[in-house]
Amino acid sequence: MLRAIRHKNILPAFSAFRAFSSSAKEMTVREALNSALDEEMSADPKVFLMGEEVGEYQGAYKITKGLLDKYGPERVLDTPITEEMALICLLNILQAGFTGIGVGAAYYGLRPVVEFMTFNFSMQAIDHIINSAAKSNYMSAGQISVPIVFRGPNGAAAGVGAQHSQCYAAWYASCPGLKVLSPYSSEDARGLLKAAIRDPDPVVFLENELLYGESFPVSAEVLDSSFCLPIGKAKIEREGKDVTITAFSKMVGYALKAAEILAKEGISAEVINLRSIRPLDRSTINASVRKTNRLVTVEEGFPQHGVGAEICTSVIEESFGYLDAPVERIAGADVPMPYAANLERMAVPQVEDIVRAAKRACYRSVPLAATA
Amino acid sequence: MALSRIASSSHASNLLKPLSTALSIRRLISSDSTVPLTIETSLPFISHKCDAPPRAVDTSASELFSFFRDMATMRRMEIAADSLYKAKLIRGFCHLYDGQEAVAIGMEAAITKKDAIITAYRDHCTFIGRGGTLLEVFGELMGRICGGSKGKGGSMHFYRKQTNFFGGHGIVGAQIPLGCGLAFAQRYSKEENVTFTLYGDGAANQGQLFEALNMAALWDLPAILVCENNHYGMGTAEWRAAKNPAYYKRGDYVPGLKVDGMDVLAVKQACKFAKENALKNGPLILEMDTYRYHGHSMSDPGSTYRTRDEISGVRQERDPIERVRKLLLAHDIASEKELKDIEKQVRKDVDDAIAKAKECPMPDPSELFTNVYVKGLGVESFGADRKEVRATLP
Repeated sequence: MLRAIRHKNILPAFSAFRAFSSSAKEMTVREALNSALDEEMSADPKVFLMGEEVGEYQGAYKITKGLLDKYGPERVLDTPITEEMALICLLNILQAGFTGIGVGAAYYGLRPVVEFMTFNFSMQAIDHIINSAAKSNYMSAGQISVPIVFRGPNGAAAGVGAQHSQCYAAWYASCPGLKVLSPYSSEDARGLLKAAIRDPDPVVFLENELLYGESFPVSAEVLDSSFCLPIGKAKIEREGKDVTITAFSKMVGYALKAAEILAKEGISAEVINLRSIRPLDRSTINASVRKTNRLVTVEEGFPQHGVGAEICTSVIEESFGYLDAPVERIAGADVPMPYAANLERMAVPQVEDIVRAAKRACYRSVPLAATA
Repeated sequence: MALSRIASSSHASNLLKPLSTALSIRRLISSDSTVPLTIETSLPFISHKCDAPPRAVDTSASELFSFFRDMATMRRMEIAADSLYKAKLIRGFCHLYDGQEAVAIGMEAAITKKDAIITAYRDHCTFIGRGGTLLEVFGELMGRICGGSKGKGGSMHFYRKQTNFFGGHGIVGAQIPLGCGLAFAQRYSKEENVTFTLYGDGAANQGQLFEALNMAALWDLPAILVCENNHYGMGTAEWRAAKNPAYYKRGDYVPGLKVDGMDVLAVKQACKFAKENALKNGPLILEMDTYRYHGHSMSDPGSTYRTRDEISGVRQERDPIERVRKLLLAHDIASEKELKDIEKQVRKDVDDAIAKAKECPMPDPSELFTNVYVKGLGVESFGADRKEVRATLP
């Protein structure tokens, strides 16, 4: 499939800028992802992209902008709208679709990066992600490894309704054989995507549409093309001593805002950016709770069997004696995402929800009676 | 249809004017006449594994007149939705149907409200065709309780169970097996009704279409798959997405018909033909050659993958409303002025509905927890902070 690779331009699309002064360079998450893809494609000819509208349309969210021009149509494939099928009467399940094709290419040794326009559409292809990708290395006793990355926006956007707003972190993170990453900042986006592409196992890379345009400061080290973050390590975004707040993706920003508000009331919150949902960095989380003695987990997805449920259980199992208050979970509401703006606001965690839960964990507020 | 009653009362006074009035033209046919009229479709039908229906379509003055009024209403509604979206009164996704009105209207003219329709997310006009009101459309788009789904669904999720409109689906292609399921139920219940399952040229390449079609053919289901081929799946032109873009032939063993989707009479004829055949012989495919003036959605300008000349060319040569206007004038069913008056009335109806929808409140917070289940069994459901907001599902 690959002929002579056209190295039209070996420089990365976003040139590494060494800042010699202390002023930080800023980069949007979109640029971070684009530069990571560019650098990894440049470094390894086996890496190629597949997805809907990734080529000529420049990517539905412009993450793959410029890459078609630079690497050509053999390495940036625009696919028709054919994720998979799933039938109402499940008599015979037939496999088809670009996800399956991507996994097949990975079996053969290529390194595909498959883009889902949103992870809601991955449900049409989930059989390939789980059964064809996640389990293959195990079933073949190590013969068939699947170095594939599935990436795209995950979770709620704004006003897109029930079928376009679900968070899939808990679903994918429950499956052995998969690695599941979720960046927050531009540094996360660059480092984790590069790690995902270099990793020999299937990685589900959960981005967030509303973060694409956000800017974050990035150091020279982050901008270097060799920059990579370890998979399975969380980051302490803000140190604190009174309560541990865990979050990932967009909720990290909310948790940080909550920490600011709590600080004004004399509560010092430690905010952990999970970065990696599977493997989950249980040691960082437990070490933090052993220090603060209180836990609030935050996620956008549905509460039952969610990421927070796993974190709470891990802490109860490993650090029970250190807890001074019941664990607290903040999550999306236990209903399909409504469209109306006021209902949507109630269905997604808000900063005040995190503040309230943290205060409860610190016994600073009277818990309200359950409302019918 | 609800729309019919709006304009007819204001129009009646025009018809009663004496024909000898100096400036009026002597009319050959009055616009509420149901005397049959036969008009030829502009283009022939192209068939696959079946005999094409005749090009001569039975219609009437009043039917043509209602086509004009109903399509003008749909057109005006979609343009108004564009403005509302830009004013941020509509959020999320908004996929507009302007240019494709003839498919919705022609189909309704050939079938009854006992036949079922299911479509994807470009569904505002389909909802209107099935009896939805302008207020329900604008209310839903703006997330208010007067909306068709009480504000909880949004643009992609209109439904109307009482007239057998089953939505309104956000995931490309999902509605196809669902539609075959509706047809299955119709056959199972021994009803003499059919299901029209609409999908686009983008969805036409999905595996689930072929699986569902295979089963529909094996079981002789009264399923009519209608490909609304507007030639672009989001930004991908059909020749880049499909090895074989002759969608009416893609059913292979399933008969198909290619139809000029911008000609409302051709659409009516094809749907009538399809219903008769489906009830006797099982599924078929109708490919409607149509066009959308807007981009895929409001976040797509629609001009990065096609030229403005192409868009304006279609508007000049093939616009469905203009075609009917010309027919009405040519057959002396209405005057230029009368048609302009209708358009003015339509504008007013749309503006009134928008004003009313703007007054309408957002859903009550308790609606967050309604309709999760039909039978909630008394389980608890939770808000973002489970200790703060909870409800029992009855």
